[in-house]
Amino acid sequence: MKKFTDSNNQTIKEIHNGLITKQFTAVELCGFFLRQIEEKDKNINAFLQASPQLALRQAKEIDKAIAGGKKLALLAGIPAAIKDAILVKDFNNTAASLILENFHSAQDATAVAKLREEGAVFLGRTNLDEFAMGSSTEHSAYKITRNPLDVERVPGGTSGGSAAAIAAGECVFALGSDTGGSIRQPAAFCGVVGLKPTYGRVSRYGLIAHASSLEQIGPMAKNVDDCEIVFDAIAGQDPKDSTSVDPEFPISNFQFPNIKIGIPKEYFGRGLDKDIKKAVLETAGKLEKQGVKIEEISLPNAEYALPCYYIIVPSEASANLARFDGIRYGKSEKAENLFGVYAKTRGRGLGEEVKRRIMLGTFALSSGYYDAYYLKAQKARTLIKRDFETAFEKVDFLLTPVSPFQPFKIGEKINDPLKMYLSDVYTISINLAGVPALSMPIPKAKVENMPVGLQIIGPHFSEKNIFHLAKAIEQL
Amino acid sequence: MISKEEVKHIADLARLELTGEETDKMQKDLANILGYIEKLGELNVENVEPTFRPVAAQNVWREDEQQKQNPQVIETMLSQMPAKEGNMLKVREIFE
Repeated sequence: MKKFTDSNNQTIKEIHNGLITKQFTAVELCGFFLRQIEEKDKNINAFLQASPQLALRQAKEIDKAIAGGKKLALLAGIPAAIKDAILVKDFNNTAASLILENFHSAQDATAVAKLREEGAVFLGRTNLDEFAMGSSTEHSAYKITRNPLDVERVPGGTSGGSAAAIAAGECVFALGSDTGGSIRQPAAFCGVVGLKPTYGRVSRYGLIAHASSLEQIGPMAKNVDDCEIVFDAIAGQDPKDSTSVDPEFPISNFQFPNIKIGIPKEYFGRGLDKDIKKAVLETAGKLEKQGVKIEEISLPNAEYALPCYYIIVPSEASANLARFDGIRYGKSEKAENLFGVYAKTRGRGLGEEVKRRIMLGTFALSSGYYDAYYLKAQKARTLIKRDFETAFEKVDFLLTPVSPFQPFKIGEKINDPLKMYLSDVYTISINLAGVPALSMPIPKAKVENMPVGLQIIGPHFSEKNIFHLAKAIEQL
Repeated sequence: MISKEEVKHIADLARLELTGEETDKMQKDLANILGYIEKLGELNVENVEPTFRPVAAQNVWREDEQQKQNPQVIETMLSQMPAKEGNMLKVREIFE
């Protein structure tokens, strides 16, 4: 049997083929990635904790199935990394917070259960900004993850660990979560592919909640096809998540190049790095040469997305994080009375950024301020959502940058919360509107010697079409 | 823009114990962020309905029946409790 090497950067389908034609075993495959983690991760810190025993156990089961002549799902034996905000019953999930230092979940997240059912192998839990609050993975209570392409730079956030693990060759694919860009921006910063599905397309059951009306678990991988394979495995209505839906109609009427792509002018204005702008518009130009219609459109309320987001999200977060109170699970401090238990536990167990957002949200929801802030923001949200609906009456997709700048240096923005929030300017509207969006590296493009991320946005439930377009772009 | 008293009041509502230093920093940070958020004041949202959830959803119902629970799940949840008595979660008194 040949030794497994990832020297050809094998795709999921290629690895699957290697397994079923017995070129290598699942244990061998798993062992390869565990060694990669051992060698590389001390410099990258993508993983909070690797799970070699679990992974090898799972791999052995796959080898048994292969030996028994059983038919194998595409993802069987494929080594994956799981963002530590997504519950895995064998793991000590922490959401990168001290308050969940020794927490063990009784159940898998539905997305994880689906992967487990397919036979995917779980290599470990990856780093994130604490409770998915941040844009750089610097707000983790445990480690700072470095960008494998340039270790002085951030990998992006909050799914920075997942993105870095893929980029460093430490896993084949990963799960991330995206509330305001947390899959797409780290994918862009690390040169990998990530999808934020339509709101409701993937079950949020078992995703440690941050902002329940915005977030989604999503797939991250080295290429578009792999990303789609993982998406297909995890999507679907789930009785445990009453906001999850199966779209009533399959949208797969994609006929390249008979499509119209909109370029929203508000996403190409002041503040965007001119080389990123050039790379994105050049991609549009190449598509146009192939027959795609490119049209400038407007999302008139784009400038209100950031303030809107930074009211709604902390408000929802303040409610979602109320459960971390030292009573049923997690860290618990001793105090004089019940109030003290809550206040001390949360004061000491939660990080600075988390506390800041809880405070912001509590303020926006408090008596006297609810109408002026939270309610107003939810009305602004309607306008932002309508902008997308109007745009999609004219065009099939939108093409935009993912980030206004290339990955910044570690430590550069950490002391200025507002500066950090401005990183999300191109990604957050998508979550407010609930539309799907994919982030991928522009082929052959480099700015500051780093990959450049491209964002493809589609109407609700158009993931399949987005994947088609992304594959066409991969070939450019 | 936001007083220290207001900061302390919000911290109480949020059940967060902040140190003096944290309170000072929080005051500055919140003032900065709230200052930026004021931008939303420019928008005319008269006659606009709020969007609480981006994709239409309906209530999902089921019978209010006890579901059988996996004993492993029960065991794990019990193991997570900071204080318990037998199979019961123990908490501090709620009423004085």
